[in-house]
Amino acid sequence: MGVAQKFGVPKPVSWLLNWSRKYSLWLFQFGLACCAIELMAASGPRYDFMRFGIIPLPASPRQADLMVVAGTVTDKMAPAVRRLYEQMPDPKYVISMGSCANCGGPYWDSYSVTKGVDQLIPVDVYVPGCPPRPEALIEGIVLLQKKIQGEDIKTKWNERDVQPV
Amino acid sequence: MTTFFEDYLTVAVFAGLGAVLVAALLGLATVLRPANPTKVKNMTYECGVDPVGSGWSQSYVRYYVYGLLFLIFDVEAVFIFPWAIKLEELGLFGLVEMLVFIGILVLGLVYAIRKGVLRWE
Repeated sequence: MGVAQKFGVPKPVSWLLNWSRKYSLWLFQFGLACCAIELMAASGPRYDFMRFGIIPLPASPRQADLMVVAGTVTDKMAPAVRRLYEQMPDPKYVISMGSCANCGGPYWDSYSVTKGVDQLIPVDVYVPGCPPRPEALIEGIVLLQKKIQGEDIKTKWNERDVQPV
Repeated sequence: MTTFFEDYLTVAVFAGLGAVLVAALLGLATVLRPANPTKVKNMTYECGVDPVGSGWSQSYVRYYVYGLLFLIFDVEAVFIFPWAIKLEELGLFGLVEMLVFIGILVLGLVYAIRKGVLRWE
């Protein structure tokens, strides 16, 4: 079906949908390295990203809206990252957290590390740092929420997944 | 109309409203949500690795009998803990009572063993 997807919706409805989506993002976490510790800290009571509407740890990607790739993606892990991204329901968003996920980071000349998760999946927000502090992740989340608010539903929901390099 | 039927009318109205509400919400979601089904998306979820077999797998019926036996003694433990706390107040009567209870369960276990339930062949 997806009538809104085919014909679009009026501006106020689009605004309302975007507004409600950006404040209830289920976060599917890919804790692959030390960035995961910062991610956990961000979800804990001190930094508490639930006050931004981020809900951590859904049981499966099918319940998730936002994937945070926190850490070093190896070539062996890459197919799993790709598949789990594809198993998330649309509309979906990705935050690449830390230097490793952004571009390979300190493993830039490693034989086994994927040089940037954006070779596998489309990334919405890059959070730099090695590892980034929870505040940095929270800034990334706020940036993503700004991006979601400005989205046009028809364009976004008809977007097809890019093929991996 | 009698009050008897009026009472049922309330139930009918509630049932109708419930049905309308479900239909309206699911319909609204169908209109609004995006639909981009892909082959990978509909695949069995196995944490990203290739799924083996289908989602409908069979397990031995023997596990069921084991589970049942385990449950009996699990529940026994639930009874024993509060009994152990109050044992001093209950005295000899409580002790005998619990021994009778355990005796009955042991009889059941003996019966199960004689039946060959615990043999795994």
